[in-house]
Amino acid sequence: MSLSTQTLKSQLQALSSKRVSSVELVQEQITRAQAINADNNAFISFNADGALEQAKQADQARADGSTQPLLGAPIAHKDLFCTQGQVTTCGSKILQNFVAPYNATVVENLTQAGAISIGKTNMDEFAMGSSNENSAFGAVKNPWDLDRVPGGSSGGSAAAVAAGMVAAATATDTGGSIRQPAAFTGTSGIKPTYGRCSRYGMIAYASSLDQAGPIAQTAEDLAIMLGAMASHDPRDSTSATEGTEDFTRDLGRSVEGLRIGLPRQFFTEQLDDAVASTTHQALAELEKRGAVLVDIDLANIDLSLPAYYVIAPAEASANLSRFDGVRFGYRCENPKDLNDLYERSRSEGFGEEVKRRILVGTYALSASFFDAYYVKAQQIRRLIKNDFVAAFEQVDLIAGPTTPTPAFKLGEKTDDPSDMYLQDVYTISANLAGIPGLSIPAGQVAGMPVGLQLLGNYFDEARMLGVAHQFQQITDWHSRRPEVSL
Amino acid sequence: MTLSTDQVRHVARLARLAVDDTDVPNIAQKLNGVMELLDTMQALDTQGIEPLTNPLDRTQILRPDEVTEVDQRAHLMANAPAQKDGLFLVPKVID
Repeated sequence: MSLSTQTLKSQLQALSSKRVSSVELVQEQITRAQAINADNNAFISFNADGALEQAKQADQARADGSTQPLLGAPIAHKDLFCTQGQVTTCGSKILQNFVAPYNATVVENLTQAGAISIGKTNMDEFAMGSSNENSAFGAVKNPWDLDRVPGGSSGGSAAAVAAGMVAAATATDTGGSIRQPAAFTGTSGIKPTYGRCSRYGMIAYASSLDQAGPIAQTAEDLAIMLGAMASHDPRDSTSATEGTEDFTRDLGRSVEGLRIGLPRQFFTEQLDDAVASTTHQALAELEKRGAVLVDIDLANIDLSLPAYYVIAPAEASANLSRFDGVRFGYRCENPKDLNDLYERSRSEGFGEEVKRRILVGTYALSASFFDAYYVKAQQIRRLIKNDFVAAFEQVDLIAGPTTPTPAFKLGEKTDDPSDMYLQDVYTISANLAGIPGLSIPAGQVAGMPVGLQLLGNYFDEARMLGVAHQFQQITDWHSRRPEVSL
Repeated sequence: MTLSTDQVRHVARLARLAVDDTDVPNIAQKLNGVMELLDTMQALDTQGIEPLTNPLDRTQILRPDEVTEVDQRAHLMANAPAQKDGLFLVPKVID
């Protein structure tokens, strides 16, 4: 089997034992990714020359005795992270020529750890979407079935990992944008606790919800990636002081006696029957190893969807006001006055879903409706957090489906925004509460992958990754890969 | 709450988005589908509940007020859509 389709850990072992050089591995990975990209559009841009130059330096550093944890390993960044000197589009026409003047902290941390980015992955514009169809650079296709969506907004990162274009990629999750695409593509992804990874240099969508995390084939690879990505950062005013830690420390820990809560509200009629039985079968595997399954209630969880679709658009409408056609980004032709410059630059530069969320957010923040929508949503957010805090007094982890259905067809939900929003029904509450959540492959329905979601207590990522790793020791869903034509 | 076509035009103006008159009914229809979802919140009594603004219930971290950034002027101006003599150009504002 080619090294380019193996796990990050296998690649790192091959590099450290000098079975392969970074130049060889990076070249092989770029060649493969560029060939596959013609079919699935997972990348917006490649940085072949830069990556090969870094690979040469990595090989030299290894020869000089460097032991950086990711030295010479090829990865990719979601095109939402600023990468110095490279175009950073955030999936939008308004930023199609934007050259980032600095690196995001997550990018800087991974570079310091020795990782090499071969390119920038596709995404829903400004991370707004659940299908990757909202990208100004074209939809990403799911490698398991090119007629289906890969999920979103981190659809490019998920498809890239699923198709073996790269072993691991960065991603972001504001309402499920790491976990839902991971579920749809048979990959593993973790959204850490809010504040665990710095938001500095991440193009903002909804600042009180945005959180970076990795997508990879295995929970073990996620632990390796997250250890390098996380840090306390004085340049992000909501960065958690906890910083990073050894997220691999619980990988060997048994699940014997682990109490797993199953929210009754996650197993209702909106959940596809086949996905429900796949989820139960996956949980039964953990039960066989000694985990204890407990039914729990998250009483206010049903209101997480409307609360999110007030808070996220409200924050987005403020964050995206910086795009004015003056200092950077797209500018319309021949503006007749300053207001025309603002209005047409924004209208021509933003896509339909982004404009819709700006309108919803502006409306929710307007004086007459502020209490009815924004304050109300923040109060519901408090109740949802309280539900989780109470639940974690009874159980160690919460588990359930990541999504109500497997990946749907391209174009199937583009006409009805509120139907598309239902995709996030199980993932959104973790962002509102700020708790960590991950998705791992749990099985398949009609040949398409299904994800198992684990939600954990604040800063309990190591324990969650340990449980996910134990699950991957007794199942092989994570190692199944789609057939990809080169 | 349902948005009228006039309200859609007003909110678009507040958000500095140009909308074509022919698109307004379609925008209103899709927005109202979203508003229907948002209005399901009103069924819950939340009186007296303290709004949650930071998910960790923490206050923002402050750092010493010191200049730490290096001069990035050339990099930053390189992204400007129109500039002259190191200044951003906009249409004439004052006659």
